[in-house]
Amino acid sequence: MTTQQAGADTVADAAATPDRQQPFRALGLTDEEYRRITSLLGRRPTDAELAIYSVMWSEHCSYKSSRTHLRQFGEKAPRTDVLLAGIGQNAGVVDVGHGYAVTFKIESHNHPSFVEPFQGAATGVGGIVRDILAMGARPVAVMDALRFGPADAPDTHRVLPGVVGGISFYGNCLGLPNIGGELAFDPCYAGNPLVNALCVGVMRHADLKLAAATGPGNQVILFGSRTGPDGIGGASVLASASFGGGSEGAKRPSVQVGDPFMEKLLVECCLELYQAGLVVGIQDLGAAGVACATTELAAGGGTGMRVRLDAVPLRDSSLGPPEILMSESQERMMAVVAPGDVERFLQICARWDVQATVIGEVTDTGRLEMSWQGAPVVDIPPGSAADEGPVCDRPAQRPASQDALQADDSSRLPRPAPGDRAGLRAALLAVLGSPDAADKSWVTEQYDCYVRGDTVLAKPHDAGVLRIDEETGLGVALATDGNGRYCQLDPYAGTQLALSEAFRNVAVTGARPLAVTNCLNFGSPEDPAVMWQFAEAVRGLADGCLTLGTPVTGGNVSFYNQTGGMAIQPTPVIGVLGVHDDVRRRVASGFGTDGGSIVLLGATRAEFGGSLWAWVTHRHLGGRPPLVDFAAEMALARVMAAAADRGLLTAAHDLSDGGLAVALAEACLTGGVGCQVTLPGDPFTLLFSESAGRAVVAVRPGAEAEFATLCAQEDLPAFVIGATGGTSLEVSEAFEIPLADLAAVHRAVLPSLFG
Amino acid sequence: MRKAGAAPVSLWHGNASLQGVDAVILPGGFSYGDYLRCGAIARFAPIMSELVPAARKGLPVLGICNGFQILCESHLLPGALTRNAGLRFVNREISVTIENDSSAWTSQYKAGQDITVVLKSGEGAYVADQGTLAALEAGGLVLARYAGGNPNGSVAGIAGVVNEAGNVAGLMPHPEHAIDALTGPGDDGLGFFGSVLNAVALA
Repeated sequence: MTTQQAGADTVADAAATPDRQQPFRALGLTDEEYRRITSLLGRRPTDAELAIYSVMWSEHCSYKSSRTHLRQFGEKAPRTDVLLAGIGQNAGVVDVGHGYAVTFKIESHNHPSFVEPFQGAATGVGGIVRDILAMGARPVAVMDALRFGPADAPDTHRVLPGVVGGISFYGNCLGLPNIGGELAFDPCYAGNPLVNALCVGVMRHADLKLAAATGPGNQVILFGSRTGPDGIGGASVLASASFGGGSEGAKRPSVQVGDPFMEKLLVECCLELYQAGLVVGIQDLGAAGVACATTELAAGGGTGMRVRLDAVPLRDSSLGPPEILMSESQERMMAVVAPGDVERFLQICARWDVQATVIGEVTDTGRLEMSWQGAPVVDIPPGSAADEGPVCDRPAQRPASQDALQADDSSRLPRPAPGDRAGLRAALLAVLGSPDAADKSWVTEQYDCYVRGDTVLAKPHDAGVLRIDEETGLGVALATDGNGRYCQLDPYAGTQLALSEAFRNVAVTGARPLAVTNCLNFGSPEDPAVMWQFAEAVRGLADGCLTLGTPVTGGNVSFYNQTGGMAIQPTPVIGVLGVHDDVRRRVASGFGTDGGSIVLLGATRAEFGGSLWAWVTHRHLGGRPPLVDFAAEMALARVMAAAADRGLLTAAHDLSDGGLAVALAEACLTGGVGCQVTLPGDPFTLLFSESAGRAVVAVRPGAEAEFATLCAQEDLPAFVIGATGGTSLEVSEAFEIPLADLAAVHRAVLPSLFG
Repeated sequence: MRKAGAAPVSLWHGNASLQGVDAVILPGGFSYGDYLRCGAIARFAPIMSELVPAARKGLPVLGICNGFQILCESHLLPGALTRNAGLRFVNREISVTIENDSSAWTSQYKAGQDITVVLKSGEGAYVADQGTLAALEAGGLVLARYAGGNPNGSVAGIAGVVNEAGNVAGLMPHPEHAIDALTGPGDDGLGFFGSVLNAVALA
């Protein structure tokens, strides 16, 4: 009998020692799941197979708790002809005209970013960029939606600068502009910060690539960084377990370490390989590394694959098959290449100093077979790991406390009466000076927003706008939004409000909203109350997208964002992509010129449930969030697109957190021009209500009548409330504050907190 | 360069050939990741073995941001660039005052003119010893200086320098992001590219 090297548990060994105890529970598999693997294979799994199933069947990779709900995105998908690739691919692909397609996706890197903020956030950028690259597109921009614990909490001062520094380090070096995102604070994120990274890429229609290993005999090439012990089980196991409960040691493998320069080489190398027509199928290596890429490629192609695991180039020669399969070393891709193209493929990789190794080939056996030093260590049907993972229909139960929360209406909160100018002024300064509404330059100044030379709008504008085609001016607009407070009060409506806001943010730049991505951040799915929140959020998003006619193209679910028994507020972050036929006609958010008449668009109701005002001035969260009105959002979007197209506006800013008061202050500070406003009703309600479906615009002098007609045609309420000009924000019923004073309050917040 | 009316040619770092171009711009970026000192590895790239002697013979060369760092590492320009005073990356529209309007890259500006460009760097603080600084000031070799505040702690607010011959210039901020109001703060940066076309036409 020959002796195998330690760790190489072969298929023959597995058959010969059926009763060997295996550490499946430590790898996160349940007894039932382990029994299923055994029955699937007709024997116990080898260590390598166990590694594959444990990562592929983890919550992170299998979506086992969410899958039954996520089906709604397909079932309720609006009829559309803009989707070239949808859910199930690495990222959705949207037709934007002129032969161009855009692919975009948002993904969480929450757990690694809490453990190691800098590298956790950095590799979050790297991972989503490879997802976009794997579709055949050139990545052209990133955005980040960030949520932290209280801004003055000591741990936030560890996590936030590290996260921002990591995104800055990776994105800047990679040469991708960071064109926007979010920054919010709440005690619920203290132990579970949310780091959601979005990437957008551009391609020609014909460049679309799919993750499928087709053509038996084709070669499988692993290229990019060598494989090391970093992040083994990182995303997959780590993201599938709550923090706390005393198991940190066991559940905290090292966070992966990013090398953005290697990623840059990988991006340029892949694009040249695509251009040369050398790639049959491709998959990025993210969570679950080689295990995920091989099973998904083989399952996607409906084929089989033979892989020599000992051919994988290693950074640490002591790694055995299970570690190699589970390693989450960054900056790696796997391609399927025709045998006659391998040499040219390897030459192009060499030119970019990218290591590339043939590690196997596509077969027609329907089996994923892997060997180690000549002996079989894996022999499984790839679909059983990639597509047929366990599905949990977890119990969902609306929590009993929900009624009391909704009954605790904000109407009881003391508020400034009409005529209380000092009170209204104090309320504005409190809200504008809160970390949530504060100027975000401390963060955005660390991100390069100009690189590539096609950034038309970035923060602090409502949406990031990119030029795609210099000749025609074709471009896209992107925004992400989420609001945990609204979702805590009503996850169905709250999710629809996040969708509405992102839709509106894209629309106010003059773009036509086309498609949706999402990152669903929730607590533990094992808690029926969290599962109810999740189900409601998914139902809300699917229903909303159907109404708005914007399909969900893909997304990501992040569960177990909870520490001990405390879950985060349900926080679906929704990204909306819109198209600009000509970015030269985009509308920016700042008042930049004098003499424009200011028009408030949309209906304002007394809606303060979950509002920033209630939270900042009373630390109150209760009642109902604002009414969702998709018809009003669509009417607003049509007006904005037509007005931008005809050049009627000099500025447009959406109303959201902090209402009209914050929107006016931001528009003045961004553009550097003041305004004088008279309110058509109760000053407090008009200034601080957060009714949805609203925007404030400045009309180009001479275009007032044409714009009014446009609003009337769409039945969009439009109130002329004042004019731009001067150096102060003047609201006749409330306050007159010099812009310099407003700026001091708005801009001092983050620097005073974070240095 | 295209906007200024020239035909750009991409040069490959690993190929020691300048392909007969009339001027070279070393752009910004993160050469070799800049994990070591910025530009410290790039100065040894094969292309530099051709570029350095050509620059010494008068070829116009402009290093922007990382390119500036590479020119300093190559000793084509004096001084060095270190971490920003705030120790964080700074991405911001800024004003600089053009101080030397006779170089190959700045002849379309007037000395004393303020222009708005984009600064985006983590290691942009210019440093040099006292003797070098005195020589720069005395020789009129400070190309541009930050106006309205020093964003990164550069000594004497220096944003760019030029060699004595006036053909090799280094600039920390990015004029190429100020060539069109659609994608930047305006078109103040175009003058660098127009200037070198004049210089090449006269040569």
